[in-house]
Amino acid sequence: MTDITLENSSSNSPATGTPLLEARGVIMRFGGLTAVNNVDLTVNTGEIIGLIGPNGAGKTTFFNCLTGLYIPTEGQVTYKGTVLPPKPFKVTQAGMARTFQNIRLFHNMTVLENVLVGRHTRTKEGIISAILRGPGYRREEAESREKAMALLEFTGLARKAGHLARNLPYGEQRKLEIARALASEPGLLLLDEPTAGMNPQETRATEELVFAIRDRGIAVLVIEHDMRFIFNLCDRVAVLVQGEKLVEGTSEVVQADERVIAAYLGTPYEATPEAGAAGEADGSIPASDAASDATPDATPDATDATPEEDQ
Amino acid sequence: MTDTINTQQTPALRPALPLPEAAARGLAAVGGLATAASAFLAWTYSSAFPGDLTVNGYPGGLQWVTLVAGLLVLLYALTGYRVPGLRWLAPGGAEGATVIVAFGALATTWFTLIAIADELGGLANLASGGWVAGIASLVALLGALGLPRDGVAADADNPLKRVVGYPGKRPDLRPAPALPVAVELLIITLALALGLGIFTFGIDTSYGELFGGFLITAVFAAWALSRSGALGRLTDITSRHRVFTAVGAFVAAAIFPFTQNSDANASIGVNLLIFGATALGLNVVVGLTGLLDLGYVAFLGVGAYTGALVSGAATSSLHVTFPFWAAAITGAAVSGIFGVILGAPTLRVRGDYLAIVTLGFGEIFRIVVNNLDGVSGPNVTGGPNGIPNIPDLSIFGFNLGNAHTIGGITLGRFANYFELMLVFIAIIVLVFSRSSSSRIGRAWVAIREDETAATAMGINAFRFKLLAFALGATLAGLAGTVMAHVGFSVVPDPFVFAGPVPPNSAFLLAAVVIGGMGTVTGPLIGAALFYLLQAKLQFLQSYQLLLFGIALILFMRFRPEGLIANKQRQLEFHEDETESAAELSTAGA
Repeated sequence: MTDITLENSSSNSPATGTPLLEARGVIMRFGGLTAVNNVDLTVNTGEIIGLIGPNGAGKTTFFNCLTGLYIPTEGQVTYKGTVLPPKPFKVTQAGMARTFQNIRLFHNMTVLENVLVGRHTRTKEGIISAILRGPGYRREEAESREKAMALLEFTGLARKAGHLARNLPYGEQRKLEIARALASEPGLLLLDEPTAGMNPQETRATEELVFAIRDRGIAVLVIEHDMRFIFNLCDRVAVLVQGEKLVEGTSEVVQADERVIAAYLGTPYEATPEAGAAGEADGSIPASDAASDATPDATPDATDATPEEDQ
Repeated sequence: MTDTINTQQTPALRPALPLPEAAARGLAAVGGLATAASAFLAWTYSSAFPGDLTVNGYPGGLQWVTLVAGLLVLLYALTGYRVPGLRWLAPGGAEGATVIVAFGALATTWFTLIAIADELGGLANLASGGWVAGIASLVALLGALGLPRDGVAADADNPLKRVVGYPGKRPDLRPAPALPVAVELLIITLALALGLGIFTFGIDTSYGELFGGFLITAVFAAWALSRSGALGRLTDITSRHRVFTAVGAFVAAAIFPFTQNSDANASIGVNLLIFGATALGLNVVVGLTGLLDLGYVAFLGVGAYTGALVSGAATSSLHVTFPFWAAAITGAAVSGIFGVILGAPTLRVRGDYLAIVTLGFGEIFRIVVNNLDGVSGPNVTGGPNGIPNIPDLSIFGFNLGNAHTIGGITLGRFANYFELMLVFIAIIVLVFSRSSSSRIGRAWVAIREDETAATAMGINAFRFKLLAFALGATLAGLAGTVMAHVGFSVVPDPFVFAGPVPPNSAFLLAAVVIGGMGTVTGPLIGAALFYLLQAKLQFLQSYQLLLFGIALILFMRFRPEGLIANKQRQLEFHEDETESAAELSTAGA
C-alpha cells in the first residue's frame, strides 16, 4: 500500500497536535465487492484533511465506516485513542459529527429545531423531567437555545431561525447541516461534499466557513470533487481510487502525482494486485480504458481536471 | 371551453354567473335573509315529519338549522358590502365564503325538503313555506355565484374550483393585529361557548334527519369560516393565550354534562373521551415518531383488562381490589410494559414491515384474551365472556355509579365518569404537549423526518422509538382502566383491527390522520367527529362503513394534512409571506 504520510507543511494551518482520528487498515466488503480496501488515515487536531477520488472510489463508504453507519469488515477506527463503537449515535456522542452528501435535514422542522436536535447528545433531560418541567429542565433548554442561536449566528442563518428547513435555499440548507453537526460540539467534523451543486460564490463562502470552524479548534475531514476548493483548504489530501488509498500528502504533492492524474484522466497505470477485484466498477475503469487509447501521455494540471469531475 | 382559456389568461377572475355585481350582492343578501325568514313559516301540513315543521311563526327542528344557514349567508353577503366591523371576520375575503355558505344553505334546505317529500310521500306535502325556503336558498346561491371572485388564480381547469371560486386555496394572511387582552379573552370565551353550544346541539339531535341537516350546515359553515380567514384570526388569538384557551376548553367540556337532562348523551360523551384519549396516545407513535401502528387498540385492551382484574369484580381471576388511583397506575404501567415487550422485537423493522408486525400483534392480543378462559389456557381473562360485573368506582367515598345532585342539576352515572375522564384527558394532554415540545419530542420528530440523519445526530433511534411506543401504550392503558368501569364489563370483541364501532385500530388511526398528526387538538377533534358520526348515523346501518371509506378518500385527496394542520404546516403559509416580504425589501434596497 502506498502510504506517503507527509508532515503537514502547509503555511496557513495552525500548529497541529495529537492524532484525533486514526483509521487502521479499514476494509469494507459488500459480498464479493471490496469497496474500501485497507485504508489508513490519520487526522490530527486542528487539521483540515481532504479526501478525493473519482466517482465510486469508495469515499462515502469509507466515511460511513468512520461514522459507524457501516461496520468495517476489517480494521479499526479510533477516536482520541479509544476504539469507536459501531453505532452512529455513539460516534456522535464520542465527538465526531457529519453531514451528508445528499442533504438530510429534518425538512418539516424549523431551522432552530434542526440545530436543537444536533444538541441531543450534549443534553440529558429525560421524559419525566420534560413532563414535570423543573428548573433543571428549563435551564438546560434555555442553554440549548442560546447555543443553537449562537451557531446560527456563526453560520449566518440566525435571521431564518423560525423558517422551515425545507424552504431554505440550497446553499443555506448545506450551511444548516453544518450548523446542526456543530451543535453536537464535535472534535472532528466530517463533511461529505459540502459544495456539491454550489456556485463559485457559495463555494468560497463555504471555504471561509470551514476555516472558521477549524479556528474554533475543530478538525475537519472533507470529501469533495471541487479540486480548487480542496487544494485551497486542506492541510493534507488523501486520494482514494477503487477503494484504495493511492497517495496522501500536501496539495502540492498530490497535484504533482502522476497516478492521481491518471486515475482522474485515465492514463493507464499499473494497478496493485487486488485492483481487479476492488472498487465499484463505475466510472473509473471504463474511463481509463477509453482514454488509454486516445491520450496515453496526457498530463494536464490536476486543477484543470476539475470541470470534468465536477457534478 | 373558451371560458376556461379566458380565466387562465386574465388575472381578474370572471364570476361563474355573468351578473352585475350590485345585482349579485343583492340577490345573495336577499336570498340569505329570505332563507332565514322562511324558517318561521310552515313547511309541511303534517306533524308526522319529526320536529313539527307545521307551525307558522316559530321554527322547529330542521328549520333552526336552516335559520342559522340563512343568517350565515346574510352575514357574509353583508360583509361583501363592507359593513363596518364585519370585515374583521373576513380578512381573507368574503366572496368565496359567501359561495360556500350559500351552497351549505341550499344543501341543508333541499335536504330537508327532499326528506319531507320522501317520508310523507310526494311533493304535495310541502307547504308554501317549504317552497319559499327552497327558492330563497337557490336565489342566494345564484347571487353568490355572480359575485366577483376573491380567490387566487389557481388552476382554472378544475371544475369544482371554477364554480365555487377557488375555495380550497386559503388566503395568505398576516397575523391579526392584537386587540386589548380583555377583548381577546372575551372572544375566546365566546368561541368556546359557541363550540359547546354547537356540540351540545349536535349530540342532542334525536333523529337522523336533524343530525344530517346539522352536519351539512356545520361542515359548510366551518369551511366558510376557514376560507374567509375568520378561523385563522381565532387561531392567532388563541395562540396568544394558550393557557387560558386550554383551561377554558376544559371548563366548557366540564359544563357539558350539566346541560343534559338525561344520561344518554353523557354516555356518548364519556366513550368519546376514551376514544380521544387513546387517539392522543396513538398520536405519539404515529404523529410524532412516524411509526405506523395498526394494532394499537391492544394497549387500550391491556389497560381495560388490567383495570378489570384489579377492580375486585367477582368474576376477576385476581381477587384483589385496588383503590382507583392504584388501579389506574397499574393499568397504565402494565400497558406500558406491554408496549416495551411488543416494541422491543417489532421496532427493529421499519415502515411497511412494522405496520404488518403491529397488525399481527394486535390480533394476537385479541385471540389470546379470547382463549385464556380456563379451557384452552389458564383462566385469566374469562375468554369470550370477558370480565363482567365490574363494580363502580368510588373515589374518596364518592360513588361514581350513583347519581349526584350538584347545584340543582343531577349528574348521572355516565356524567360522573365523563368528569373523571376529563381529568384523565387533561393529564394526557399535558403529557403529550410537554413531551412533544421537549428534547424528547424533537428526537421523535427527527426520527420521523429522517431516521438515518437522526442517528447521525446522536439519537439512539431504537431507544426513542421504544420510548414513544411505551408512552403511547401507557396513555392508552390509562384510558383503558376507565373504560373497564364505564362499560360494566370487558370483553375481547371491541379490540379488533377494524369494525363498525369506534375504539378499534383503524378508527383510531383515522381519527389521528384526519384530525391532524402531531397536534393536540387534531386527534381529539377527529375522535369527536368519528364517534359522533358513528353514534348519530346509526340509521344508515351498513352504509356507514361505506361512507366512512368515501370520507377518508375525499379527505386524503383534498386535505391530506388533516383538519388541524400542525404548526409546521401553518408556518409554511406564514413563511412564504415573510420570504416574499424579505425579497421585496432587499430588491428595494
